[in-house]
Amino acid sequence: MATVIANEDPMNATAAPVRRPIHPPPVAPSHFPYNAGSLLSVQDLTLEAISHLLSRATALEEMDPLARDRILLKRRIALLFYESSTRTRTSFELASKSLGADTTLVSSLSSSIEKGETLKDTGLTLRALGAEAIILRHNSSGAPWLLEEVTRLPVLNAGDGMHEHPTQALLDLRTILQRLRHSIDTVAEDTLSGVTITIVGDILHSRVARSNMLLLPRLGAQVVLCGPLPLLPELAAGVGPGIAIERDFESALGRSQVVMMLRIQAERLAGLQLDLEEYKAGYQLTGQRLAALAPSAVVMHPGPIIRGMELTAGVADGVQSAILEQVRNGVAIRMAVVERALTMNGGRA
Amino acid sequence: MTALAIRNGHLIDPAAGIDAPKDILLKDGKVVEIAGPGKLKSANGAEVLDATGLTVAPGLVDIHVHLREPGQGYKETIATGTAAAAAGGFTSVAAMPNTIPVNDSPETTRWMLAPERNASIRVFPIGAATRGSKGEAINDFAALKSAGAVAVTDDGHPILKDGVMRETLAAAARVGLSVIQHAEDTRLTKGCSMNAGPMAFKLGLRGMPPEAESGLVERDIRLVSELRDARVHLHVAHTSTAAAVAAVRQARRNGLRVTCEVAPHHFLLTEEHVGLYSTHAKMNPPLRSAADRDAMIEAILDGVVDAIATDHAPHATHEKEVEFENAPNGITGLETALGLCLRWLHKEWKLPLGRVLSLLSAQPAALLGLKGRGTLTVGSFADVVVFDPKAEWTYRAADTRSKSRNTPFDGWTLQGKVRWTISEGRIAHRGNGQSSIKP
Repeated sequence: MATVIANEDPMNATAAPVRRPIHPPPVAPSHFPYNAGSLLSVQDLTLEAISHLLSRATALEEMDPLARDRILLKRRIALLFYESSTRTRTSFELASKSLGADTTLVSSLSSSIEKGETLKDTGLTLRALGAEAIILRHNSSGAPWLLEEVTRLPVLNAGDGMHEHPTQALLDLRTILQRLRHSIDTVAEDTLSGVTITIVGDILHSRVARSNMLLLPRLGAQVVLCGPLPLLPELAAGVGPGIAIERDFESALGRSQVVMMLRIQAERLAGLQLDLEEYKAGYQLTGQRLAALAPSAVVMHPGPIIRGMELTAGVADGVQSAILEQVRNGVAIRMAVVERALTMNGGRA
Repeated sequence: MTALAIRNGHLIDPAAGIDAPKDILLKDGKVVEIAGPGKLKSANGAEVLDATGLTVAPGLVDIHVHLREPGQGYKETIATGTAAAAAGGFTSVAAMPNTIPVNDSPETTRWMLAPERNASIRVFPIGAATRGSKGEAINDFAALKSAGAVAVTDDGHPILKDGVMRETLAAAARVGLSVIQHAEDTRLTKGCSMNAGPMAFKLGLRGMPPEAESGLVERDIRLVSELRDARVHLHVAHTSTAAAVAAVRQARRNGLRVTCEVAPHHFLLTEEHVGLYSTHAKMNPPLRSAADRDAMIEAILDGVVDAIATDHAPHATHEKEVEFENAPNGITGLETALGLCLRWLHKEWKLPLGRVLSLLSAQPAALLGLKGRGTLTVGSFADVVVFDPKAEWTYRAADTRSKSRNTPFDGWTLQGKVRWTISEGRIAHRGNGQSSIKP
């Protein structure tokens, strides 16, 4: 609440100043998510819901494929992709098919989107074609919220602009639990206490970083953001509790149990000038740095990795690397998320 | 034209210093008599409007609206925009030149003023400062003025080049026109869709730094002071940052002719109202931080702000129902301005009613030199708003007279219900269920 001085008219300074509090109009509460099956942001999930997803991921992974196939048998799921993707698209597709669902892929380069169809119309069209859930990857932050509002279908955010990538944060969490904890099926607010997770690189443009920094501190982890000022503005630390900024990579590395390396997103730099040689000198994860400062830390990367840029080939392929485990966990987590989308009250079942 | 007598109302005319029960007689488009209740001498045969319990004030003046004609009649027309204005109590609106084509010619200015446009109230076109509002070649201000333009601006497209802005200020001053600047250093706002800050970072949106506004305001003030010409008048449109208001405040202390306006959304809302990508909270300048919003309130209360202006910017539903970054900037505002000002500036923050009305009529009219507007002295234009100052009501965007419904104020409680809006002696709007009484 602010206090202002009233009646201090510079043109007519006769009245005495009166301090008074300002009570501004309130901000209306959010209506999102409209559909209980949606996963738009990691913030929509309670710790219970996260535990449920984790335990379903394990159960579905271990289930007989023929039994699993019946869970969403012949249900229709649309994958709507406005950006290229290898891991996310394939794992969502494999996850959906593992549960017996029919999937269809609509990508911006081979559809009416090229002809100028809006996201709303594409969404309504997919719904009319019988899609019961839409998995959306979009280059614009916030697009999944628009799609959910206009279709009221379960919408799964597979990455929106520079905003969020909630399934990536969940699969990262599962990977961290596998490496550092006994149980990978339940979480509580102290599950990751004492664990420092450093996210390194292009934080500004990273939806993976945003989802992780909003999720991991809720489980007790300390998240350290590390990168040069143009890629990591000071205000990033204000996004939520449990987030700190450390500009010095080696100092951050020295206290980390997990280090997540990010790709420089050339497609989002928007005129930002960055000296890549300087960047590598400051922030590249090399075998030398890893051995000297964090010999037992888990090395993660959401992919795609650029070998020789944010990390060396040796580190990517080394024993500390969990990069391919992350990919594997993607299928398990996405099975659980897709199942949830179609079996919560938003779905038909 | 029939004479119109407004009886038993409480007249508030800030410019004339009147705040008392008065009857008022309108004839041939002008105010012809003001007298105590029941004391009008020449009201015989006049149609009578009974304003018992109501406030009678000069018709409101909005110096910043986008009527979208010519060129974008699907968003708004001069007819629909002025109908919305009349419903909001406005009798004069100044129309920004970012039409298609840009209003940079006497022909377009005259086209906007033609009777075929069916305006409900008086429209005052503002001419483009530069050809096509491209910020390069200055237009013929004398010709624009004689066609009816009341100021010049490249609203929406700031004049960035120092030399062009300096020449615009000087040339406009020579013909007695004000220069209105949309203060945004667009070199700092490329690809941005909201205010820079923690909220933008969290939402993954590129943010416009407050310095993009204040930096250009400071540059413009420097140019005004360098010109050393008392006729030069810079008006800062839709001020939204504490730093920009501070710069205007300082310029005024230094005796420069620099004025500013604030839009209701900038003294009521903050970037928090963007919520989860609500495109009805997307405008330029963007909704700012709470500190900036509080600075707008402070500047209004302490008299630095010269006018409340809506920046009424209608857009079709399909244009706003897109990804946040792709949505056009702007919200409608003509129907909600008075009700928001009364509900918040007056009721909540205790700004006297007369000062609220002055910010909505006398001051903006004086600022653009609209003679005979914004006051109800004998001989002035018969531009009147009669409203119930106590009535609370809920605004419904679905009921708007505008062609567009892009407002963040749908469902908000407003205070002050317009009963009649009278434009040059003609009733331009009647509030719900009310009719005039024939004698």
